[in-house]
Amino acid sequence: MGSLVKQRVLRTVVLLILGVYFILPLIAMAEFSTRGKNNTRSFESWTAIVDDDGLMEALTNSLLLSVTSALLMLVLLVPTMAWIRLRLPQLQRLVEFLCLLPLAIPAIVLVVGMAPLYAWVNYFLGDSPLTLTFAYTILVLPFAYRAVDAGLAAIDLKTLAEAARSLGASWFTVLWKVVVPNIRVALIGASLLSVALVLGEFTIASLLNFDTLQVQVNLLGKRNAGVSIAVSLLSLLFAFVLLFALSYVGQRRRQTVVEE
Amino acid sequence: MTSVAPVAAAPGGSTRKGGAAGRPSVAAWLVAVPFLAFVGTFLVYPTVLVLLGAFQDSNGAFTLENLTTLFKGVYFDSFVRSIELSALTALIGAIFGALLTWAISVGNPDGMLRRIVVAGSGVLAQFGGVPLAFAFLATVGFEGLVTKFLRDNVGIDLFAGSAWLFELPGLTLVYTFFQIPLMVIVFLPALDGLRPQWREANASLGGTSWTYWRHVGGPILTPPFLGALLLLFANAFSAYATAAALVSQGSPIVPLQIRGFLTGEVVLGQENLGKALGLGMVIVVSIAMGVNVLLQRRVAKWVR
Repeated sequence: MGSLVKQRVLRTVVLLILGVYFILPLIAMAEFSTRGKNNTRSFESWTAIVDDDGLMEALTNSLLLSVTSALLMLVLLVPTMAWIRLRLPQLQRLVEFLCLLPLAIPAIVLVVGMAPLYAWVNYFLGDSPLTLTFAYTILVLPFAYRAVDAGLAAIDLKTLAEAARSLGASWFTVLWKVVVPNIRVALIGASLLSVALVLGEFTIASLLNFDTLQVQVNLLGKRNAGVSIAVSLLSLLFAFVLLFALSYVGQRRRQTVVEE
Repeated sequence: MTSVAPVAAAPGGSTRKGGAAGRPSVAAWLVAVPFLAFVGTFLVYPTVLVLLGAFQDSNGAFTLENLTTLFKGVYFDSFVRSIELSALTALIGAIFGALLTWAISVGNPDGMLRRIVVAGSGVLAQFGGVPLAFAFLATVGFEGLVTKFLRDNVGIDLFAGSAWLFELPGLTLVYTFFQIPLMVIVFLPALDGLRPQWREANASLGGTSWTYWRHVGGPILTPPFLGALLLLFANAFSAYATAAALVSQGSPIVPLQIRGFLTGEVVLGQENLGKALGLGMVIVVSIAMGVNVLLQRRVAKWVR
């Protein structure tokens, strides 16, 4: 019994110390961003977020990018990975290697090689920030691959596909009506992770000179720290809500299966 | 088995894994083309460009000069500093992260505390970047909450010595804010793998908490702990955003050196030095991850 009490005490101490360590900066951000003149409180920094056209435009860019990158990731990854499990097992190792490769190539290194490539991309497709979709799809590959792979491993893909095929379904129907609904939890997980990663990305956008949320926040910080801190706090909280929701996605399904 | 297989496969001409699928037709290969073309263009091509560029002078001729320059002066120093920073923050992150992971793993697996810590860790570990730099300015910057409190109420000036927040000690402090959370994410599955029965078996045989950790928990958790340590090292070594937002003058670490080459502070004739720095980073990260793979493979052998 003595060891149980000791465990409980140690646990409380660890949670308390690290809790303060991680929550203190959040409190400091809230405090700093509500400072007014002469030791008063003011929400000027917060209202300035909406009034700042540059910031709103950058936010729009980032939100659009998070959607386009998640979509391109799904379109490229899901059919390919399902097909490889069904018909092309020879490619399994190559695709896994390629998907996990971005983990070994730091973004700051990747951007060195992407700079000349983007000169061409911008020449052919214009210099819209949305062209970052290509780079971001690469960045989210490792995380998306793991999520989709786990989803596909959890279902009996071969049997499902053969059953659908023997009933006359085309491969597209198999993919859209059989594979996708069966791994939708994994797909939602992969998409939410992609969205969070894209909204937080700074390295590539900043060094390829595109105007995204984090680039704008960094720029703004040089002249008005209050607004940058307010946006930073807001984006951290938003990402938290996304990931917190993600923790319920897998579970909801488990419960409905039990109920059925 | 192995001697029969080729004979059986030969007449049908099917591949070794043939089975129901048989040899894939040309059309079957076509399905993989969009993915391979995309990854080839936006991942493999830029990577090859960096790796080859590291061996070329500004006229495109082969040279080793870029690489030998890495071992000199500021560039070598930045590598040493990057490695020190990554190793130190990996160690701090692994120790405190493991403690935090333990604290939530003994609680309710579906509880609110665990959900909050895991989601919060995900945010800080993967999303952090620029917002983390601003979190620090708000806390211990020149006008930060803690700085002001200490200055006004305790009489301690955090910046008496130097602008440490914007140098290596500051980076170390900031980096723990994404290293500890990353440890939680990486290490939690390992701790969840410890079965309560082992603890009970230890107790029923008269073992104490110490004997449990010394003979059961410790040995089982050592490989995943070392693996996580290597991953944290690679993570800190690759990190750019937080440092870039915090340090605008000077380039103490490798990623900031590379920034210099991309934003045009380039000495004529050294255009490809940035690529050599990139190659250096890839090598360091690959070593860390390679050691991790070897480690886990070895473990997989005796765990089975």
